[in-house]
Amino acid sequence: MAILLRKDTKVLVQGVTGREGSARAAFMKGYGTKVVAGVTPGRGGEEVAGIPVYNTVEEAVSAQGAIDASVTFVPGPALKGAVLEAMDSDIPFIVMPVERVPLYDILEMMAYAKLKGTRLLGPGSIGIISPGIAAAGWLGGTPEFAKAVFVPGPVGVISRSGGQSGTVPWAIKEAGLGVSTVLHIGTEPVVGQSMGNILPLFQEDKDTKAVAVFGEIGGPYEEEAAAAVREKRFTKPLVVYVAGAWAPEGMRFSHASSIIERGRGSAQDKIRSLKEAGVHVVDRPDEIAPTIKRLIKA
Amino acid sequence: MARLFEYQGKELLKKAKVPIPEGGVATTPQEARKIAEKVGKPVAIKSQIWAGGRGKAGGIQFAQNPEEAEKVAGKLLGSEIKTLTVERVLVEEKLDIDREFYAGVIIDASKEVRAPVVMFSTEGGVDIEEVPSGKIAQMNVDVLRGLRFYDALNLAITLKVPTQLLPAIAQAILGLYATFKGYNCRTAEINPLVLTKDGKIFAADCRMSIDDSSVFRHPELGIDVARESSTPPTELDRIAWQIEEGDLRGTCYIAQMIPEIKEPGVVGYHGIGGGGAILGVDALNRQGLKIADYADTSGNPTAAKVYRAAKVILSQAGIEGYMLGGFIVANQEQWHHAHGIVKALREELMDKPGFPVVLLLCGNKEKESLEILREGTKDLPARVEIYGSDKVYETEFLAKRMKALIEEYRKERGVKEG
Repeated sequence: MAILLRKDTKVLVQGVTGREGSARAAFMKGYGTKVVAGVTPGRGGEEVAGIPVYNTVEEAVSAQGAIDASVTFVPGPALKGAVLEAMDSDIPFIVMPVERVPLYDILEMMAYAKLKGTRLLGPGSIGIISPGIAAAGWLGGTPEFAKAVFVPGPVGVISRSGGQSGTVPWAIKEAGLGVSTVLHIGTEPVVGQSMGNILPLFQEDKDTKAVAVFGEIGGPYEEEAAAAVREKRFTKPLVVYVAGAWAPEGMRFSHASSIIERGRGSAQDKIRSLKEAGVHVVDRPDEIAPTIKRLIKA
Repeated sequence: MARLFEYQGKELLKKAKVPIPEGGVATTPQEARKIAEKVGKPVAIKSQIWAGGRGKAGGIQFAQNPEEAEKVAGKLLGSEIKTLTVERVLVEEKLDIDREFYAGVIIDASKEVRAPVVMFSTEGGVDIEEVPSGKIAQMNVDVLRGLRFYDALNLAITLKVPTQLLPAIAQAILGLYATFKGYNCRTAEINPLVLTKDGKIFAADCRMSIDDSSVFRHPELGIDVARESSTPPTELDRIAWQIEEGDLRGTCYIAQMIPEIKEPGVVGYHGIGGGGAILGVDALNRQGLKIADYADTSGNPTAAKVYRAAKVILSQAGIEGYMLGGFIVANQEQWHHAHGIVKALREELMDKPGFPVVLLLCGNKEKESLEILREGTKDLPARVEIYGSDKVYETEFLAKRMKALIEEYRKERGVKEG
């Protein structure tokens, strides 16, 4: 199977009539995702790729019944309003492929999500895909591309880089394997789902035999993976690559997901804490797929 | 994150009713003298630069009277401290210090928290990262509830702050948090928070940075480049920011790494996607090449945005090559990148015969995109090599190709090995 997105997951697209919203809604639906509704205020009654458009989330829920997941294609400054609206209609899982979101808006969303028990993926996540089952967000791109890159198989993939969440599955496919679910956790300074939340889901998923992580410098997320392994919340083979180990002094990533905290954040620290927990850390990204293959066979 | 100078941070704190020393900011020695006259007491003259340890580097000096203040300001203004030129000094009342505390608000992104954390310490005046955790009291703030006066009191009580100081310290912590929230800070610190010998509390120094994505909500701060940086923006940084500022479609990030190229072996670097872009930088470094800039266009930008980014990268005087480091099998249709880059290369390279160009572009619509690159560059006099997804993780190979092309280019022009 897969995590978070299933064949019967009813999905809503907020901002469905926009440039990205309409293109991605059409892709998601074409890929097999059960996209039941879209929302754009003032555009209720229209259709996008055969998907009915409503003015509000509440209107969509009244017409379609409870909705399981929402994908928000709105500009950063408008994200908070969209996400609070979805949470107030009790949508339990929200994918946010949106960057440049004001930080305090993110913090409010996170606090409200904690209260409501909502799972937020992102902001700044390009999405989630379970090959052959469903996709939410940008991940997958177009049906032909999704088919060529994401093939079903036993490897869960978590990436901190949007681009690498397509590249790692491609390398896994080239190695003769496939992926169960692929998630990009997002590029914003604070995100809703990270290694500590996601690894236990892969632990429960019977079809995931191993997990590959494309990590990066900054932030506490690779350390969370190490803790999950140390505390036996994740016991399957785990292979991690941490990008930025050789970055020159003063080098920064282009996105903001890294807040360096006391004693946390450097590649060296991350690699040390992962290795101490018994995680397989690889030195180059092209070693991820072969290492996974070796561990699955063993 | 857009960093504020000390004097800007203090102005915000003052609005939030946190006491700050009396004084003002000066750009000329005469202004410094006037401020010192108004203060009417011995003053501290503090260079306004973005650097830690400026005191030790001579950036903070004292003056007994207005004449001396003018002289000291004259020395500091225009001088270079830690490679930064001093353009402004803060002239303010010299505090008679009894004790130094610390107050800060940071954001903890970890799974358990994902919220602001208010920190208070009785060990102020030093880098908070060097203070043992037993001397720091901290509280995660539920932003839906906010920080309350008694929360701040309790923080100070944890560290056994004397009772008579509690209200003033709690008020300062509350004011700091209000500033953090009101101005959408990524971090906000008062260090030190000073207790003077006559029993008063002052924010003696502060460090604040505004969240890049929130800068648009605060035009009053006059931040012209909302980008994380340790130094003030260069001219190229400003131009690059203009590409991004008004256009929310996709992301364009350019940071100039070498403002003035004086050595050979420097490449204009154009990555795609944060994680993938760094792979190319790592590899170029291993080949002894340096990057003039770190750039990244991703998140499905328009061709126009990619074009403008490539133009900026190619415009850097002294670069010996251009690399498109698309080390990702991208979901976005890559023809937007292909079109943008072809247009920039055609405009910039017609009169640069032999100029080395390595283009790696992989992912959605790759075949069509590579065709656009091939067609668009075939009549260029430059040395152009184009690669697709069979080379996506071949970082060493591509860096070596870049190096080889640069060597040929040098030989052709009779330039000596760098």
